[in-house]
Amino acid sequence: MVASETILSVKDLRVRFRTLDGAVEAVKGINIHVNAGETVAVVGESGSGKSQTMMAAMSLLASNGEATGVVDYRGRNLLTLSKSELNQVRGRKISMIFQEPMTSLDPLYSIGNQLIEPIRRHRGLGAAEAREEALKLLRLVQIPDPERRMKSYPHEMSGGQRQRVMIAMALANDPDILIADEPTTALDVTIQAQILMLLAELQRKLGMAIVFITHDLGIVRRFADRVYVMRCGEVVEEGEAEAIFVSPQHAYTKMLLAAEPTGTKAPPPPNAPVLLEGRNVEVTFRIGGGFLAGEPLMLRAVDHISIRLKRNQTIGIVGESGSGKSTLGRALLRLLPSDGLIRFGDRDISGADRQAMRPLRRELQLVFQDPFGSLSPRMTVGQVITEGLLVHEPTLSGRQRDLRAVEALREVGLDPNARNRYPHEFSGGQRQRIAIARAMILKPKVVVLDEPTSALDRSVQKQIVELLRKLQADHELSYLFISHDLAVVRAMADYIIVMKQGKIVEEGPTEAIFSNPQASYTQTLMNAAVDVTRFRLSA
Amino acid sequence: MLRYVFRRLLTAIPTLFVIVTAAFFLIRVAPGGPFNQERGLSPEIKANLEAQFGLNDPLWLQYVHYLGNLLRGNFGPSYNMPDFTVTELFARGLPISIQIGASALILALLLGSLLGTIAALNQNKIADYSVIAVAAAGSTIPTFVIAPVIQLLFGLTWNLLPIGGWGDGALLNKVGPVLTLALPQIAIVARLMRGSMIESLRSHHIRTARALGLSDWSVVVKHALRGAILPIVSFTGPAAAALLTGSIIVETIFSIPGIGRYFVDAALNRDYTLVMGTVVVIALFTIVFNLIVDVMYAVVDPRVRYD
Repeated sequence: MVASETILSVKDLRVRFRTLDGAVEAVKGINIHVNAGETVAVVGESGSGKSQTMMAAMSLLASNGEATGVVDYRGRNLLTLSKSELNQVRGRKISMIFQEPMTSLDPLYSIGNQLIEPIRRHRGLGAAEAREEALKLLRLVQIPDPERRMKSYPHEMSGGQRQRVMIAMALANDPDILIADEPTTALDVTIQAQILMLLAELQRKLGMAIVFITHDLGIVRRFADRVYVMRCGEVVEEGEAEAIFVSPQHAYTKMLLAAEPTGTKAPPPPNAPVLLEGRNVEVTFRIGGGFLAGEPLMLRAVDHISIRLKRNQTIGIVGESGSGKSTLGRALLRLLPSDGLIRFGDRDISGADRQAMRPLRRELQLVFQDPFGSLSPRMTVGQVITEGLLVHEPTLSGRQRDLRAVEALREVGLDPNARNRYPHEFSGGQRQRIAIARAMILKPKVVVLDEPTSALDRSVQKQIVELLRKLQADHELSYLFISHDLAVVRAMADYIIVMKQGKIVEEGPTEAIFSNPQASYTQTLMNAAVDVTRFRLSA
Repeated sequence: MLRYVFRRLLTAIPTLFVIVTAAFFLIRVAPGGPFNQERGLSPEIKANLEAQFGLNDPLWLQYVHYLGNLLRGNFGPSYNMPDFTVTELFARGLPISIQIGASALILALLLGSLLGTIAALNQNKIADYSVIAVAAAGSTIPTFVIAPVIQLLFGLTWNLLPIGGWGDGALLNKVGPVLTLALPQIAIVARLMRGSMIESLRSHHIRTARALGLSDWSVVVKHALRGAILPIVSFTGPAAAALLTGSIIVETIFSIPGIGRYFVDAALNRDYTLVMGTVVVIALFTIVFNLIVDVMYAVVDPRVRYD
């Protein structure tokens, strides 16, 4: 790394938010600098203040936020610039891309319109010239058929393509610094790898500095020259990327590095009974149609899938968004109408209606991805987790139900006093524990876990994975573990089904799939995941 | 899109049919008839009148006759104003009501959107609180209070406007009724606009626009406002139908010969044909304006597509 001049330096930056409960300090006097052409990673879990630091530097804080300190860009303090001076820097010298490719573009204007606007504004080009520039940019970010794409609207493009357009907009005026705030978090793994490659390649071509804001240590190790580790609004460790991975100094950094879920799950004995079985399961969604509206579009979300879940087994269902993995999980629990045969134990439940399914529901439980949306905000935790008992064990007295709630909360590692509080008082990981307690209190046999760790920080993920494994061992549970996260699936499942466009592309024991994937799609998936997220502290 | 409009117009036919049928029988269920209230009407004359208008026929036959006439565009004669057909009454009154209503609507949309946007851009500051206060007042003070106050101040005290009357459509005669009709709508639009603009300003693509260094004008007007306008568009459909078909309070207080008073007068007098005519006109306006709103939606938002 050639020593180069410092172009951005953040000195004693503090960010405060005025809230109803008083001022909250999100960033507590941090110092960060960026040299020309280098890649800096700011790493931390949610709430560490890593995004707010850069938002403050760009004067993009929410209206109740306030930043003090110095953000020095080539001798000018960005925090004290007037709005018009600031707009000479933003989008021109320093630009930014965001985590949410689906919502970061204006849905009401075409891609071309949105690309041309900043070019004309900052470079004063005429419409025709700006259009040429825009086309050039779309080619630069490798959007196929750029002429046609200029007329497309954001909703007509995939997440990966939208993120490419965002990158094109950010690079339109040849900036010194590109701030990338979790640029790949919302994308599928194969797309993540493509976007990261693109960024690396563009950096080589154009020479701008990149600031990665991320929770993903795989990205850091692969791309960053220097790293800042943030926690609770403070920088706890900084240094060369390699040095931090080899010999982390701060306990928090060590914890982050060790947070990848580890271990494997042994398969159930060969003679274990099959609990839940699907044969040629099909789910078809009907889109559109109706009076004079023409033929409806039939979308086959799950296409002829057969699956056998044994007692004490965990089947991991892997696939990218839209592959039909969640739909399959729901169909097997008869939460969605489907064709084909579904058996639970020795009962055929394919045709069972809601009424017939009700007594079976206690044995077939479901845990969702979103621990914020899936708990009723107006019920206490105790009410949330004992609600199922009212249906399935109506003879229990209030006192008995309360005892069961205490037991269930202890089992998921929460203080039993939590039952008198409301869901919003808990963190994401704790809420996911509550959701698991709600399923466990009914003593189920089969639990479908639909991305139960995807909304959580890595270190919390690991705890949830360990909890789920312990519960499985204690109660001989069978899990259907739906996830796009291969690292977590590898730690949880003994058998894996890889899905794409509603079909199984490959299935087999976990280690076989990971060590020797057969289908080319599985290989792509593995490579992408290995490229981006794989590392071992011991390496 | 044309196919969609065509489909919507076709589905309007059964809707209208249900409305007409329900209204026809409901008004007949109400006690009394068109010739009961008039004092001094001898039984013979009353019987003659009823025979003349076919009111002695069985109800189903009257219904069939009415539907047949309606299909030919004939709303029939008004029972209480026998010199006029219902069609003639509307031909005279509707243009007046539309003029007043459309002016009030346009004023409300422009002024309300402007106030709402100003409030949103200055959220929780003095400008915002002022707009909220005015909007709260505007939507709580009833028109029958606003109208006399306008008459008193502008008409009597300052002598700027005529107190009432249509004056053959003179501009000054319209100011009072338009203002009275518009004020509560301005309040509603301002509140709607404030809310959706605040939400729009918080959205991710606005953050993108700011990060790209776009001017405030572009961020607010080009990007935030266009997204925020959608709730106003949906509000405009039913509001237009209500405003353009006249207001009994405003028309009565300002003595304007619109059609707003027909609905209540006709219902009270059991003027069956006029009630039915009013129902059909209001239903048609509602259907057409809701269709226009849906088409506008697709114009503003490219994500909305009708096949």
